[in-house]
Amino acid sequence: MAKQIPHVDYLELGDKPHLVANECTSCGARFFDRRNACAKCFKNDFKKVAISTDGILKSFTIVAFAAPGVPVPFVAGIIDCGGTSVRGNVVNTEPSPEKVTLGMKLRLTTFGIGTDEEGTEAIGFGFEPA
Amino acid sequence: MASDDIWILGIAMTKFGKHSDKDIVDLGSEAAIAALADAGVTMADIGILAAGNLMGAGAGFGQQLQKQIGQTGIPVYNVANACATGATALRTAIMAVKSGEVRMGLAVGAEKLSGAGLLGGGGVSKKDGNKFEPRGRFGSVLPTDGRIGTDTMPGTFAQVGMEYGHKYGGVSFELFAKISEKNHAHSVLNPMAAYQKRFTLDEIMNDMMIAYPNTRPMCSANCDGAAAAVVTSGEVLRTLSKEQQRRAIKVSASVLTTDPYEEACQILPDVNTLTRNAAKIAYEQAGVSPSDLDLVELHDCFATAELVHYDNLMLCPEGGAVDFFMSGATWRDGSMPVNVSGGLESKGHPIAATGIANIWEVCHHLRNEAGDRQIKDAKVGLAHVIGLGSACGIHILERSGL
Repeated sequence: MAKQIPHVDYLELGDKPHLVANECTSCGARFFDRRNACAKCFKNDFKKVAISTDGILKSFTIVAFAAPGVPVPFVAGIIDCGGTSVRGNVVNTEPSPEKVTLGMKLRLTTFGIGTDEEGTEAIGFGFEPA
Repeated sequence: MASDDIWILGIAMTKFGKHSDKDIVDLGSEAAIAALADAGVTMADIGILAAGNLMGAGAGFGQQLQKQIGQTGIPVYNVANACATGATALRTAIMAVKSGEVRMGLAVGAEKLSGAGLLGGGGVSKKDGNKFEPRGRFGSVLPTDGRIGTDTMPGTFAQVGMEYGHKYGGVSFELFAKISEKNHAHSVLNPMAAYQKRFTLDEIMNDMMIAYPNTRPMCSANCDGAAAAVVTSGEVLRTLSKEQQRRAIKVSASVLTTDPYEEACQILPDVNTLTRNAAKIAYEQAGVSPSDLDLVELHDCFATAELVHYDNLMLCPEGGAVDFFMSGATWRDGSMPVNVSGGLESKGHPIAATGIANIWEVCHHLRNEAGDRQIKDAKVGLAHVIGLGSACGIHILERSGL
């Protein structure tokens, strides 16, 4: 199989793709980016934790007008995955207010988003209706 | 000497709109000269200049301004704090007067944003064919805007409004559009507004969708403009003329906050907690409660933002912003007039100018000089701005009573 690389380093691929957060070992605050310290308690010790792949949509917008090169429309959302908020797109459903509703149940899904010159495929994630 | 007794001695704004023949120094100079004249003082009286400009931050806007309107060698603070830049410039001048270091300060905010288009979003796109290399704090191999949520301002603030709906029992596209309808209706009476056009609800809802539920008229208008204010202490004010004392406006509260840590605050900007915190401090500093306010100019960068700020500024019970709006309270003839200037949606949002321009609007009413759009007998007003990153500025203003 061709090599795969995740879109972002907090997406872990494999048999059961899931998101991974940096959890502060002192206060439990979770972050998805590279950290210099904890923004909540100022300590600097983190462990990796797996984030639930199931969630509910706690906010969204349907972007109709975006920067050049960004295909529209798309649904940008905030998904509550078992208590951890995650930024993601709502995919595999019509991008309309009839089909996308606050509180809807979603699950993480992954898909190819491009291939580089060495044939490596980038894998991205989104959330689809559960 | 140090003082908590702070007054706006003079304040002015330029008309907001497209000023192709003016640069930011022209605009800033126009506002500054008008504010100094309104105060009845000159650059020779000013001890500190706080100069706000966001798009050109780092280019020494304050010094460029001095070279046009008066090089007196005073300290200049070039200020940038996203959409809270104007309020931050004013805060800076106020702190210098409060500390006793200067007798009078001048704060200026100017911006050229006409034709700027969509703000936020984009990012360097990778050419196809290059080898994927994880880059940045998220180790991304391709741009994330559009693939993992949106970075655009209309989209970000759309989510802010929708989140309120999720939390408090629902909110509709129509409701947000009605907020926009109110602000555009208000603008008809404001000659300083970039746009003075009334829109029907249908026109707003059927206009170009930018990021659901924000259509184009529900977004703040990009335009050019500037505003400036002269601040001084009560001790200095009492040495000036009766007329200067009568028209001076008391700064009962001047507050700046940033966003404290909350779960999800680094996922979707939390514009709520920092606003609520700033409001609490401001009401306490001023010794007033929300019901004492005669008018409010708040940061409707998008119609979806105005709704949440009714709640954040405690103008309504927690969770009650929808009912509050539907009661008609925030129209100019309601119990809590909000954005009688037309708000950022129609007055416009030349970023660094906004934080001082909305204070100008409040002062204009407190001085009983607002003509056709005067809120009758206005005594106390609140001005609020918030910039993503984030920063929130709140000022509570009261008339002199002289």
